[in-house]
Amino acid sequence: MEILELLLTTGFWAATIRIVSPLILATLGELICERAGVLNLGIEGIMTMGAMCGWMWVYQGGDLWTGVLFAFFIGAVFGFIHSCFTVYAGLSQHVTGIGITLFAASLSYYAYRLLLPSATTPPKIVPFENYAIPFLAEIPVFGEALFNQTPLTYFALLLVPIVWYVLYRTPAGLAVRMAGECPVAVEAQGINVLRVRTFAVMIGSGFMAVGGAFLTMSAFDAFYFGMINGRGWIAVALVIFASWKPGKALFGAFIFAGLEALQVRVQQFSGDVIPYQFFLMLPYIMSIVAMIIVARKARYPRALLVPFRKGERI
Amino acid sequence: MQLEVRTNTPFWLVLFAPLFAMIVALSLCSVLIIWADAPVFTAYGALLNGGLGSRFAIMETLSRSIPLIFTGLAVAVAFRSKFYNIGCEGQLYCGALAAVYIGSGMITLPPIAMIPLLMLCGVIAGGLLLIVPVLLKTHLKVDEVVTTLLLNFIVLLMVSYLIEGPMKDPASLGWPQTASIIDEGVFPPLFEKSRVHLGLIFALIAAVITWIVMRFTTFGYASRAVGLNLQASNFFGIPVNMTIIKVSLISGGLAGLAGVSEVAGLKGYLTLDLSPGFGYTGIVVAMLAQLNPIGVVISAFFISVVYVGADSMSRVLNIPAYLADVIVGVSVLCVLVSVMFTQYRLRFK
Repeated sequence: MEILELLLTTGFWAATIRIVSPLILATLGELICERAGVLNLGIEGIMTMGAMCGWMWVYQGGDLWTGVLFAFFIGAVFGFIHSCFTVYAGLSQHVTGIGITLFAASLSYYAYRLLLPSATTPPKIVPFENYAIPFLAEIPVFGEALFNQTPLTYFALLLVPIVWYVLYRTPAGLAVRMAGECPVAVEAQGINVLRVRTFAVMIGSGFMAVGGAFLTMSAFDAFYFGMINGRGWIAVALVIFASWKPGKALFGAFIFAGLEALQVRVQQFSGDVIPYQFFLMLPYIMSIVAMIIVARKARYPRALLVPFRKGERI
Repeated sequence: MQLEVRTNTPFWLVLFAPLFAMIVALSLCSVLIIWADAPVFTAYGALLNGGLGSRFAIMETLSRSIPLIFTGLAVAVAFRSKFYNIGCEGQLYCGALAAVYIGSGMITLPPIAMIPLLMLCGVIAGGLLLIVPVLLKTHLKVDEVVTTLLLNFIVLLMVSYLIEGPMKDPASLGWPQTASIIDEGVFPPLFEKSRVHLGLIFALIAAVITWIVMRFTTFGYASRAVGLNLQASNFFGIPVNMTIIKVSLISGGLAGLAGVSEVAGLKGYLTLDLSPGFGYTGIVVAMLAQLNPIGVVISAFFISVVYVGADSMSRVLNIPAYLADVIVGVSVLCVLVSVMFTQYRLRFK
């Protein structure tokens, strides 16, 4: 009974939306990359990089929004490196992605330590403040939770319809989707497949980095080592669960975040009966279960993982 | 500018490709050393000196390379069949967990039987962990990259629970760690006053056996064929799924051995910081060796020079030790490109 009451508290829904925002950004970023036919396993490292860069920008005296832009830019740079390897040179997307993750994550730790050599307790910044949307924020429970969030959360939520619109209703989106389904057809239309893929990977990686930056600039106010903690891999699983559709990605991320917010609260009730580690395992187990549920009918973009070389027979 | 497939690759190119890659990686990372306001050549000199400069340094490097050889082999075996096992970290902890569970007083045997028993348990535990993702892959087509990655986190949390709860050593004064492995199970040191232990011999034997199996047996042939062309292997009657399952068990077992050797050779008991990412570094080791088991031994030694050397370099010159991780990450990317140039050549038009 207590759990049902929990579902009606503002705190629960507010927590859900806080957890869902970085997941949405990361999942949409990965979705854009995969739609163009490139699996971006650099996501974990790019998120770490975004978290560090956005935070460091503000800590060095920058403005919050330019910090977000900076994180996006750095993410796009790593996306460009990724696409140089996977799109232009056609190298293994798995190994490149792992390499980018190792590189980007360790580089951000290195930079953090170099710029703040003596910081024992992580220094803090003033993060984004909640902005209550007038009238809407006064709706009990849902309104109070949904419309009293930081601007970056609104950005994440608005991004879902925007990405959907661009992917499904614009020529650019069509080119991106076709680059992932049938690159030869894109080439036949006189569009440069390699450029489309590079563009998609850069934009997607930028969003991943903003997802990481959300953690340091909105959810928390400091950068911790290992703070991404597998969120990137969970996003990769969520993309599969969402069968590469933005709307379903939002839905999946919400289920995920809801269960996670619930587990934190159930943990408080359960006391010492169930060890806390089992609660912390839940997100990872849920991701695996989610992948198992959809795996059989998963409709991978047909050219995912397949490098495109002009003039080569398929 | 265009890539063109090489019809034949000169042998020196295959041999020196990873070396070129390391040189490029080191020169790229020198930018970071300059950023830290340190002299580049002095820094790399300190790195080499810290990794190879003294008897102590060489011993440290050797002992660091033992788990890397095991995880490198694990990755090499799996990647050959295009089974992307990124979960070596988790399998390593599973192996260590099994060794500690069996080895800390549950069974007492003379060392000649105790050590093989611990290793067997580690192999089984590591392999068992990989059973789930591999069956999901072969039977339900679930991508193994994400499942093995996520299992790493689950295993680490499980270990955290076990060492704080059921397997906690009551005599550990509140530290979350397991009881120690009994003396009969401890890998004896190979040299006087050093941390290099018997595990090094086992690692070398494992590398040779893996090489022989992959090179000269039908199974080795099948596993390579599956990696090169799945449809063709299926067409020729190679039991594709069974091959992948066997490969993954071997891979998981090898990663489990890394955990056993760390626990029984070096630490004695299991804590959460047993492995500073040996599982992930194994990927780099295997890539640097171009997935060749004998090459893994050399590249594991190379990578551990970087790690051990970077520790002492950071003490001397005040450069964050994360530089070693950056070098390792960059070298994966460089190796990818250099291996590409053994298969393709650039053609300018």
